[in-house]
Amino acid sequence: MTTENIDLKETLVADFKRREQAMNGEAKTPFHQTRRQALARFEELGFPTPKHEEWKYSNVRNLVKTGYGFEGKHSVSAATIEEIKIPNLSGNVLYFVNGKYEAELSTIVSPASEISIMPLREALEKQPEAINQYFGKIADGENNAFTALNTAFAGDGLFVRVPDGKVVEAPVVLYFISDARTESVGAQPRNLFVVGKNAQVQFTEAFLTLGESAAFTNAVTEMYVGRDAHVQYYKVQNDSDNVHHVGTTQVQMQDNSHFYSATASLNGGFIRNNLNIVIDGEHCDAHMFGLYFPDARQHIDNHTVADHRKPNSESNELYKGVLRGQSTGVFNGKIFVQQDAQKTNAFQSCKNVVLSPDATMNTKPQLEIWADDVKCSHGTTTGQLDDEALFYLRSRGISKPEALSLLMFAFCEDVITQIKIEPIRTYLEGIIAEKLA
Amino acid sequence: MLKINNLHASIEGKEILRGINLEVKPGEVHAIMGPNGSGKSTLASVLAGREEYEVTSGSVDFEGKNLLELAPEARAAEGIFLAFQYPVEIPGVTTINFLKTAVNEMRKYRGEGPLDAAQFLRMVREKAKLVKMNDSLLKRALNEGFSGGEKKRNEIFQMAVLEPKLAILDETDSGLDIDALRIVAEGVNTLRSPEKATIIVTHYQRLLDYIVPDYVHVLYKGRIVKSGNKELALELEEKGYDWIKEEVEGAIA
Repeated sequence: MTTENIDLKETLVADFKRREQAMNGEAKTPFHQTRRQALARFEELGFPTPKHEEWKYSNVRNLVKTGYGFEGKHSVSAATIEEIKIPNLSGNVLYFVNGKYEAELSTIVSPASEISIMPLREALEKQPEAINQYFGKIADGENNAFTALNTAFAGDGLFVRVPDGKVVEAPVVLYFISDARTESVGAQPRNLFVVGKNAQVQFTEAFLTLGESAAFTNAVTEMYVGRDAHVQYYKVQNDSDNVHHVGTTQVQMQDNSHFYSATASLNGGFIRNNLNIVIDGEHCDAHMFGLYFPDARQHIDNHTVADHRKPNSESNELYKGVLRGQSTGVFNGKIFVQQDAQKTNAFQSCKNVVLSPDATMNTKPQLEIWADDVKCSHGTTTGQLDDEALFYLRSRGISKPEALSLLMFAFCEDVITQIKIEPIRTYLEGIIAEKLA
Repeated sequence: MLKINNLHASIEGKEILRGINLEVKPGEVHAIMGPNGSGKSTLASVLAGREEYEVTSGSVDFEGKNLLELAPEARAAEGIFLAFQYPVEIPGVTTINFLKTAVNEMRKYRGEGPLDAAQFLRMVREKAKLVKMNDSLLKRALNEGFSGGEKKRNEIFQMAVLEPKLAILDETDSGLDIDALRIVAEGVNTLRSPEKATIIVTHYQRLLDYIVPDYVHVLYKGRIVKSGNKELALELEEKGYDWIKEEVEGAIA
């Protein structure tokens, strides 16, 4: 399937038409009309180029000249899963391989009264009202070509609804596995999480790769956090160097809700994460932690938005990066404080260590504040390793590589300790220790 | 044990040490004194292997080895310990974990296997008791949020754990009140032995009330201009450094 100089846009548009013709009644449903509109918008927008302000440092030219198989073919077995999954992370575990939901590999342990979990396609049939009310309402397909493209192909992915007042004990874990062992593959998972009033749940999205062929993942997650709800959301990326990942997580928060997230990008050829939080309630708190570890020619870009629309809420953000090889990193953190959002507290910090002279980090904090009674702070640092600390450790007999690894590990621990699921912490620590060895 | 011969060193092209000669034998305590900017701390840094300093000529022999050829970690493993004037805060690395790494790295250098966790803990607790270091500091990030006294005591504690042959205390007394000073000095004295040597770099004489030196050297403009016994330190305390400066400048003129 890999061919040089393919035009991905044309291929996808043709693919859409082919799929549409193969549909029976579905083509006439309102849901499919949404898809069709999104495709039209995608055709207008096209893939972004570096001329687009939001894509200045992240060039998708290699992504769009490759062909990918979106049919979901794969040969992943339960045994294969065992080798790559996050050890000891149990709960409601859902597997998507090359985009397709794999019921046989998946386990749902929580009772249906506590949480409904089903593939999005199934929810179109069984939960039409919820789909109608929530789907595609918050993720911005008007301006973001990738989101429009994802909406146009929406169908694979997960629907989760937590009824009001329910505390979901077992975490919800979604694995998105690219099986690129035989050919280039693509997937466009679309998730919709609706968390009711005063409910509580933990989500983890893990992106992993098998094999060395090219892979493209274009993921969108829309998440509603109801009044007084508590949500944790972890995104773990450990893809191959031949993976292009573009992902958007769009969060909408209601009064008194808590949203707590960590994004750990351990590996991947090209990663662009958009984490957009609209704080549309009072007395909310939103936390965003991030860790990225690019090496070789990898590119990792984190764009975040904390959009304060109501008074008396707080957002807090800490992203940290360790860059090696010829890698590049991007951090763009937007804080919007709308006119009504008085008494907002918004804090942002991005710290980077560049370990190689050929690695580059681009940081851009972007604060737009229209309210006058707010507390906002931001800071970014990009530097080399602290030589004084390195010398201190070496003067105690610790070899240079070991001292380096100790310091870098400590630098990352700041973010890792924020993750409240122990098996994920252990997994991250293991991989980072391996990378630093 | 240590033989420094005509040592010259500079930083960013500026010569700081201009021909240091010093011999330290096992069991001895040497005090290096001198006015600010005389090169005291530079000497300590060069011996420990700080890479910003360039040694332009001279030699340093430590137990038959050319010290200047060794990386800082190798010098440490050979038995040199520098107690820092400003111990570095390292967030995220606990003191205990740091020490365990240090001990095992040094053992590896000497071709020994790592200590098991129980052995290590027992040893560390013993040493903490010896220098009256509070156990609770062990679990905290290295020096992070420690008071000045706690940081200096942590240096002496590390020295107790790592058991160097030659300890270099770089202005360990600076910023300490008299109680903290006494505790630090007690720690150093406890660790003294006929096989080990100590170099104390200090501006003031008061630490020498508690750690009595065998020799006192005055460093001025990058050279040792006067050597004597502990009486010299008392004389300096009383008369300051000006008479030394005058003596040196007079000799040149």
